[in-house]
Amino acid sequence: MSATPDDELPPDATVAAKLSAYLRGGGIITPLITVVVAFLFGGLVVLATGHNPISTYGAIFDGTGLNWLFPWTSSTEREIAALNLQQTLLRTAPLILAGLAVAFAFRCGLFNIGGQGQYIVGSILALWIGVSFENMPAFLHILLAIIGGALAGAVWAGIAGALKAVAGTNEVISTIMLNWIAIWIGVWLFNRGGPLQNTNPQQQDVPVSDDIVEGAKLPVFWGDPILQGLHIGIFIALAAVLVFWVILHRTVLGYEVRAVGYNPDAAAAAGISVARNYIVVMAICGAFAGLAGVIDVLGWQFRIATNDIRINDVGFTAIAVALLGRNTAIGVVFSALLFGALITGTSVRNLDPTIFEPALATNLTLVIQGLVVLLVSTDLLVVYLWRLRRRRLSSRKAVAA
Amino acid sequence: MTEVPALELRRITKRFGTLVANDAVDFELRRGEIHALLGENGAGKSTLMNVLYGLHQPDEGEILLDGKPVEINSPREAIALGIGMVHQHFMLVPVMTVAENLVLGAEPRSGPLLDYKSAAERVRELSRRYGLAVDPDARVEDLGVGSQQRVEILRALFRGAKVLVLDEPTAVLTAQEAQDLFKVLRGLTEQGTSVVFISHKLNEVLDIADRVTVLRRGEKIDTVPTEGATERSLARLMVGRDVLLRVEKPEHRPGEPLLRVEDLSARDDRGLPAVRGVTFEVRAGEIVGLAGVDANGQSELIETIVGLRKPDAGTVTIDGRDVTHLGPRETLAAGISHIAEDRHRRGLVLEFDLAENIGLRFYRNMAKMGWLSPRKLAAKARGLLREFDVRGGDADTRAGSLSGGNQQKVVIARELNADPKVIIAAQPTRGLDVGAIEFVHRRLVEERDAGRGVLLVSLELEEIRSLSDRVLVMYEGEIVAELPPSSSEEDFGMAMTGGKVEVS
Repeated sequence: MSATPDDELPPDATVAAKLSAYLRGGGIITPLITVVVAFLFGGLVVLATGHNPISTYGAIFDGTGLNWLFPWTSSTEREIAALNLQQTLLRTAPLILAGLAVAFAFRCGLFNIGGQGQYIVGSILALWIGVSFENMPAFLHILLAIIGGALAGAVWAGIAGALKAVAGTNEVISTIMLNWIAIWIGVWLFNRGGPLQNTNPQQQDVPVSDDIVEGAKLPVFWGDPILQGLHIGIFIALAAVLVFWVILHRTVLGYEVRAVGYNPDAAAAAGISVARNYIVVMAICGAFAGLAGVIDVLGWQFRIATNDIRINDVGFTAIAVALLGRNTAIGVVFSALLFGALITGTSVRNLDPTIFEPALATNLTLVIQGLVVLLVSTDLLVVYLWRLRRRRLSSRKAVAA
Repeated sequence: MTEVPALELRRITKRFGTLVANDAVDFELRRGEIHALLGENGAGKSTLMNVLYGLHQPDEGEILLDGKPVEINSPREAIALGIGMVHQHFMLVPVMTVAENLVLGAEPRSGPLLDYKSAAERVRELSRRYGLAVDPDARVEDLGVGSQQRVEILRALFRGAKVLVLDEPTAVLTAQEAQDLFKVLRGLTEQGTSVVFISHKLNEVLDIADRVTVLRRGEKIDTVPTEGATERSLARLMVGRDVLLRVEKPEHRPGEPLLRVEDLSARDDRGLPAVRGVTFEVRAGEIVGLAGVDANGQSELIETIVGLRKPDAGTVTIDGRDVTHLGPRETLAAGISHIAEDRHRRGLVLEFDLAENIGLRFYRNMAKMGWLSPRKLAAKARGLLREFDVRGGDADTRAGSLSGGNQQKVVIARELNADPKVIIAAQPTRGLDVGAIEFVHRRLVEERDAGRGVLLVSLELEEIRSLSDRVLVMYEGEIVAELPPSSSEEDFGMAMTGGKVEVS
């Protein structure tokens, strides 16, 4: 039974009822509380290392380049801020896409842990297309890589969807397993002697691929291409956000997805094929995550080394992105920006080392990320505490009267 | 003789925002009395009892136990004051035994271990004292609903309840189980326990209660003794107007068979045979009742007919078309409407708004090239919501926030609007109040008269008998009898429990 007594409350009833209505509607209150609490804990960690949390957070903020948005930033600072902000957005774009991959599955009642594997197969295919077809016109080359990478991700995730639909395999397990398969395939491909290892005779000891050809690189529209300026991948990500929203709210497919996500029994009784939806939804998720891999390779990495494959964690961070964004289109954008900014702001290159050692700072990002995942599942606790407070207040009133 | 009442609620007022759930309600419970709290869904019965149980704080008013004013801030305090509550949804741990459930939170110990023997002994002693037959060693998940309820009651008594509140206790019970419950309650009152009995079923209120307090829209209408009251008089108090309790229906003129089920067999979720060679037909213009005690294969039969469950053998035909092996989409499209027995599980997507819920049956037809316009869905829904007089929400209201009666109206509006040949109505009035029941029954008869075939599956014998033109009785997966609705309750009772019936 999903109906609780709370459901019976009139919608304009208590603060708690309102809050839970916000939760249902994908409201903004709990994610904000979550972030604030995560930062408070993070601050304690900073304090424990003997640093000043406020100046540390200040330095991290400056490192993100978000101060570029403030009108009072001086023009010299603004130049540095622009560089930093380009990095932040560079990080944000794949997080948006991979976050959508997790969020879309959630909306169908599936937990897609496989963003990482889907990201990797997407990036591998984009790389392969990028290093091949040297003489292709740039636009077509990029388009082909995008389609190829998205398809690869779709197939990869589709395997988990099909296993779930046909055999009832838990998608959490199968996507985790597929992550490992993707990781080791990647390691093998680019390793010494691997099929996609570089062809440079001087570099045969290095487990890294060739660079993709110039024509396959995504155009940079802000900043210097040589200094890793901002490429157009961010627009691809924002377009995907729009696609995500339109599919969910304006198409038959999205209607079925949400029906299955909220209540598979009722959906089945209405004649919706739950199994088919699982496959289609996972494939779409995989396409989103695959795209994330594509824009990273075509946008700024240009090559893949076995090490990159092992340390990359876009697909995992995406789980936190989706959870914090409450699986909504707009929520994913903002939480991806938050994580993108955190990663950039705490990076060795951007954080002022006189305030906080960047080596420690990267771990701070992980701490905050972990806290977010922990706290996102505590919505209920927030509601509960809120009600408790109300009950105390009202009983105090009763005594006074 | 003015005895101090066991419990008195004085001018209790509880507001939720602008909504006044209880408006200066008085309520008095005498010692050893069974006092029914009667009212439509949303009349404020549960709110009042939640105030008593410490789940809500009243905005105004006071609570007196044995004449002394008390303040109850939590269920824990309520229990300490001797107030016990049995909810509609049981709060038992299914994997534990009866004895373990009972002592949960106050376990007798021997060292660090649970002293299971003395726990079981205490259960036995209690069940002897109150005449509640329960095996302390049985696991709760293995018990029937009626027994689980007895465990809940025992637990309340075990914690020292002198005032026992039962929230619609018979909603989940069969007629026989309800009778057993009544016996238990009478036994309890003889021992001095006072009982508040929340219900919206008139006949059982008359049957069991000494007095009745009627609530309507949060206000107390009256408190009357059941002696001298009738179903009609209570219904008038409850709804505020005269209500048709018996369904008035013209003679039926059955036509062509629309639904034909032949030799159908199917298994339940555990793989055990649940439907065994069932054969029957429903003709145009008739209501066929399917009576039976819960869990005798009715649910599996319906699921197999509508394509949610694969049959082992047999055929299902709708208006001459074989739909045996079709999925739900094609089967429904062939002309079936399904009012699901559990509207929360199968009938509605509670998180969807009403427009989306009504769309469940129509969204494919309303879509253009895969695009679905929410505006069109809402427009369609608005018309239906008006036609079926759904209150408490508009097209963009979440279905979960409606009352049960209005939720059911949404399901019925959707299913009847699909212009079906056959309507399968499973427990269509479960949990509804008199007004809503009247509405559902009237609609079903109208649909019958419009030439549709209706298969009515219900655990309420009264409902089956008053609505059906023919009645099939299902027992252990088989149709064991076909009886005219005018047959006696004894005959039905016999058939439903597997006894042989002389068909007159």
